[in-house]
Order: sequence, then structure tokens, then C-alpha cells
Amino acid sequence: MLEIKNLRVRIAGKEILRGINLKVKAGELHAIMGPNGSGKSTLALILAGHDSYEITAGEVHYQGKNLLEMAPEERACEGLFMAFQYPIEIPGVTNLYMLKAGLNAARKHRGQEELDAMDFLKLVKERAKLVEIDESFLNRSVNEGFSGGEKKRNEIFQMAVLEPKLAVLDETDSGLDIDALKIVAKGVNALRNKDRAIIIITHYQRLLNYIVPDYVHVLVDGRIVRSGDKDLAVELEAKGYNWIESGAAAASGS
Amino acid sequence: MKTMDSKTHYLQQFKDVEARTRGAEGSWLSKLRRRAIEDFSEAGFPTTRLEAWKYTNVEPIVASRFKPAAETANGLSPERLSAFTLGTGSGSLLTFVNGRFSKKLSRLGPLPAGVRVESLAAALGNGSLDLEPHLGRHVETSGHPFAALNTAFMDDGALVFIPAGVDLQEPIQIVFATTQAEPAVTYPRVLIVGEKNSRASIVESYVGLGDQAYFTNAVTEIVVQDNATLEHCRMLEEGSRSYHISTVQSHLSRDSNLVSHNYAFGGSLIRNHVNSVLDAEGAESTLFGLYVIADRQHVDNHTRIDHAKPHCSSREIYTGILDDQSRGIFNGRVIVRPDAQKTDAKQTNRNLLLSKEALADTNPELEIYADDVKCTHGATIGQLDEEALFYLRARGISQKAARDILTYAFAGELVDEVKTEPARKYVEKLLRARLPGASETTVLL
Ligand SMILES: Nc1ncnc2c1ncn2[C@@H]1O[C@H](COP(=O)(O)OP(=O)(O)OP(=O)(O)O)[C@@H](O)[C@H]1O
Ligand SMILES: [Mg+2]
Repeated sequence: MLEIKNLRVRIAGKEILRGINLKVKAGELHAIMGPNGSGKSTLALILAGHDSYEITAGEVHYQGKNLLEMAPEERACEGLFMAFQYPIEIPGVTNLYMLKAGLNAARKHRGQEELDAMDFLKLVKERAKLVEIDESFLNRSVNEGFSGGEKKRNEIFQMAVLEPKLAVLDETDSGLDIDALKIVAKGVNALRNKDRAIIIITHYQRLLNYIVPDYVHVLVDGRIVRSGDKDLAVELEAKGYNWIESGAAAASGS
Repeated sequence: MKTMDSKTHYLQQFKDVEARTRGAEGSWLSKLRRRAIEDFSEAGFPTTRLEAWKYTNVEPIVASRFKPAAETANGLSPERLSAFTLGTGSGSLLTFVNGRFSKKLSRLGPLPAGVRVESLAAALGNGSLDLEPHLGRHVETSGHPFAALNTAFMDDGALVFIPAGVDLQEPIQIVFATTQAEPAVTYPRVLIVGEKNSRASIVESYVGLGDQAYFTNAVTEIVVQDNATLEHCRMLEEGSRSYHISTVQSHLSRDSNLVSHNYAFGGSLIRNHVNSVLDAEGAESTLFGLYVIADRQHVDNHTRIDHAKPHCSSREIYTGILDDQSRGIFNGRVIVRPDAQKTDAKQTNRNLLLSKEALADTNPELEIYADDVKCTHGATIGQLDEEALFYLRARGISQKAARDILTYAFAGELVDEVKTEPARKYVEKLLRARLPGASETTVLL
């Protein structure tokens, strides 16, 4: 579904991703962990199509297409979704308005009929239940005045409505209390299926107790320095990134 | 030299007005006209050397030496007109074509006893209501050459009179349409009087059909008496080569409330003066303005709020959305007189630039002569938020639609303030016509 080959990315003259390789198949759930500033969000934003980065080398293929040539909206319409680490507030644009515009754009793109207001509302209300979002949030401006946790939940809610094929969740667990974490995990798990791939970026093994990954990758300083299964996350939690970083240093030194 | 020639041109035309009106109208009105033409003669047309006109060059208007619009009303069918009217079946509508009242295109809804909604020319002609205490009593002509010209030349327009205690449910709409093929000037004049404890909502539209050059020089006087409430909505959809200069002068009495909306969409050069005098305790004036312009459109809004008495409040929000090489100017003057203690005045001007070549100027002018007052002002000039754009696009929305949606959201705050529903719906429609990408999912808003 997704293949990243030797991706190198700069911003403001600084190289942030230094040769990323990653393969994600339909049905898989990958976790990416790594210290602050290692480039995790950069990777997510690149996948979503943010244009403030300079891609200096590498390729990204998504469902057989060159992802890097697609506009952000085209990627979304093709089933790619990113949950932002820092969801932005958009005063004056309601959640519902944005979602209906986005969902119908994707449906049109796929040659499906647009949903009318009634069917759309029905869908939205059902998905709101899944992530236990109060219906009053639907008619509020996107993220405006939402608490940190509410913003994160709103991202998962949007994912549930848009039903992506590939979802990249950037620290959706950060800042959540344990109850909210469980709700988010429940939402993500409900959306897991054999056709859908999910990449979860997180600092904490905690989330992975609820959402069990097939693979865990450790991103340090713009490179994936270690990949493994869910046990890697547990080990990382116990030993910290220093353990990996010194290992990585040793590996590259040899 | 040109300026002087044009001045003479209008002074000359005034002789025709005098010849036509002599003996046919009250001497107070003749005197009013005479004083106004003298004021015009004294001031002449403004040049950009004057501080108040430094951003707006009226030379194209001056040089055009417009003739008065012809007598014949032409080219406006009821179907064509309906595109510019509110979606109410029963509200009253006064239509003026090329400056003159069109009975055929007007209708009166059921109105409570004593309410007057009619052509100003007719009201002056039949003398059934004494207009002397109001007409021309509020707008200043000295030092204001365009208001002076309107006062000297006014011929027709609308009279809306709401007697004490009447609560008008339906909005009254007044449409001034210019259809004429020759370059011409009209002098629309509106007088609105809301007597004490009355309530009404009035919508004035200025529309141009076709792309000829013409000049609308309009004056509206609004009198809001004790404890009366008035919502006044002014919408400019003038033609692409038109000039529009206007003054809306309101006078507020004790505990009265005025909400003024000033929407500018169409017109090549627009200069609006929106002036409000808070002349008794407890008066409240709210001025909203929205200018959504593109190409080389030029909109200059000069507002003046005069806090003459204590315990009055004013709120002002003007918002500009400027695309292409358009230019928007906001000049907000707030005067707080020495005894206007406990004044509460708040002014905001926000500008959204949609192109690198668009230009916004904002200039607050606070003149405060009292010491126990609360006056704030703020101004912003900015672009669309790139991160918000990206967020919407990341949800599948095209770049064009995302821009339109965010632009609409920027204006939406003001649209929501229009409390008269048919007027709000109409404004929404106008905005969406300009921002097609913002219309897809309207049902849910
Ligand atoms: N717009 C930018 N301008 C300059 N530097 C940037 C910009 N965006 C990111 N960076 C830098 O790129 C590096 C990687 O940032 P990124 O946000 O990808 O890290 P991260 O792994 O997501 O960190 P965190 O765990 O704190 O979220 C950091 O050093 C950051 O300061
Ligand atoms: Mg990050």
C-alpha cells in the first residue's frame, strides 16, 4: 500500500529526514517511536502533502502511484488521512461543514454519488458515538475552544467519518487521560481491518497496550534505526532511547 | 483647471434645478438647496491633497461631468429586479430606476396605521407630512461637497416613517437601480424616521445593470428617536464601471439603538461616509461593514461616531476582503465630547488580503475629550492562514474550495450579525456567489 524509499527531506537548510525506508501493507498497523525532534511529524506531514519541506531524494509510492506528485486533497480523496499532532483551530468553519465538503469531495473523486444532508448526518452521528463525541461538537467550529484531548478525539472522529485506506496518526495519544486514551484506542481498533493500514506515531508504549501493532520502528535523527515487533516498544519503554541511540551509533560505526 | 470647469458644470446644472423647483416646493427646501449649492461651491471637489481624501482620487468622477439621469425609466423588468430583492413575498418594496420612483416595480405590504413608505418626491409634493424638521437637518453639507451636491440636486428617493410604538415585522426594501446607457448621475435620497418606541428594519440596495459608467451620489438620513430600534442594511451591487459616493447620517436619541450594516460588493470606486451622532444618554450605535472586492475595485469607508452625551456605547466592526489589485480603506473616527463620560466605544477593522497586489489601509482616529471613558480599537491586515488551508486540503477539500471556505468564514461573523433573516439570507447568497467553493454544504450551517 505504501512504500517509502530512501526519503531525504530538508527544511530551512537542515536535513531532517536522512534516508527513510518503510513498507506498509494493507491490514498492517505500524508504530513509529522516537525522541523529540527526530522527524516523526515531518514524515507524517510529508505523507499528507505539506509543502514547506524540500524533498531532496527518495520516492514514495502509495497504491502504486507516486504520492509526492499528488496535491494534499488528491491524497485525501485517494484515502490517505493524517491525524495532526497539533490540530489547528478554524473559526467560522464547523466540523460538519468541513467533513461534508471533504467526504463528498472524496466520493466525487471515486465516482460515487455525494451524500445528501440526511444521510450525511446519519453517518456522522453514528461515528460520533464510536469516539464518544458529544453531538454538540459537530456544529462547533473546527477545534475552536476544544481542549487538547477533545482536539485529538476530534481527529479520530474525522478519520471514522472519512474512512481512509491509510491513516497516519501523529501522537494522537499525547495529552489524553486514561479514559480518553481508551476511547481513542477503541475508535482506532474499530477501524482496523484487512484493507486498511494504520501508522501510529507515539512516544508512549502505553497506547500500544490498547492498540497492538504489527511492527514497531524507532526513528532517531531522521533515520529508522531499529524495527521490530511490539516487544521492541516494551523494551524501549524500559531502557529509553539512549539504549537505541548508542546501539545505532555502534551499528553505524562498524 | 479641470476641477474648476467641472464645478461650474454642476453650478450651471443647479440653475435648471432652481428653475424647475421654484414655487413648486416649500421655501425651506429651496433654502436648503441654496445653502447646499453654496457649500459645494465653497468647497469644490476634494483632491488627494486633503487628508480625508488622500487615498481616494475622485478625479475620474469630476472629469466625467455627469449629466442628470434621463426621465425615462428603462430596461428593468420585474424578473430582472427580483434578483436583487429579498425573498419575502409580503414586505414593502420601493424601487427607483435611474433615480426615479417606479410605481410599477414597487409594492406596499400590509403596514400598520400611520406607517409611511413612499417616494420622497411624492411626500414633498403632497405635503401630508412635515419633513422640514428632518430632511437635511442631520447631514452636514459644509465641507462635504458630495453630500452638498446631493442635497442641492435631490429629486426623488425614499421616505420611511415609523410612528411611535409601531413594531414593523417585515423589512422594508428600497432598491436604486441604474440601467441607463448614457453616463449619468443620480442623487438618491433617503429619509428614515423611527419615532419613539418603534422598531423597524430597512434594507437599501444600490444595483447597476450593465457595464456603463455612471455615478451614484447618495445620502441617507436616519432619525432614531427615544427608545426606538432600527436595523439598517445597505448593500452595494453597483456596476463594474460605476462610481458610488454616499453618506449615511444617523441621529440617535435617548436609549435608542441603531445597527447599521454596510456591504460593498460591486462598484469600481466607492466612498462611504457612515456617521452616527449619539445625542442622548443610553443611545447605542453599532456599525458593521463588509467590503468584498477584486480586480481594481476601490472602496473607502469613512466612519464617524460622535459621542455627544454620556453613557452611550458604540461598537464598530469593519471587515475587508481584498483580491487582485483592489484597494480597501477604513478610516474610523470616534469623537468623545467633553461631557460624554462613561462612553464605551469599541472599534475593529480586519482585512484579509487574497492577493499580493491587494492593498488595505486602516486608520483609527480617536478624539477623546472626556476622561472617564472606555475606548478601544484594533486593526489587522493578514492573509489566509496557510495551516488552516492545509488542514482543509488534508481532509479532501480542493485548494480553491478551501480558500473560499476560509474566506467565507472570515466574513461570516458579520453576516451572522444581520438579524433580519431575509436580509441575512440575501447577503449569504451574494457572498456565496463570490465564493462558489463555500457553497457546497450550506444546508448544515
Ligand atoms: N518549519 C520548520 N522550520 C524549521 N525547523 C523545523 C520545522 N519543522 C520542523 N523542524 C525541525 O525539524 C526537526 C524534526 O521535527 P519534527 O516535528 O518532525 O519532530 P518530531 O519527531 O515529530 O518531534 P516531537 O516528538 O517533539 O513531535 C526538529 O528539529 C524541528 O525543530
Ligand atoms: Mg511530532
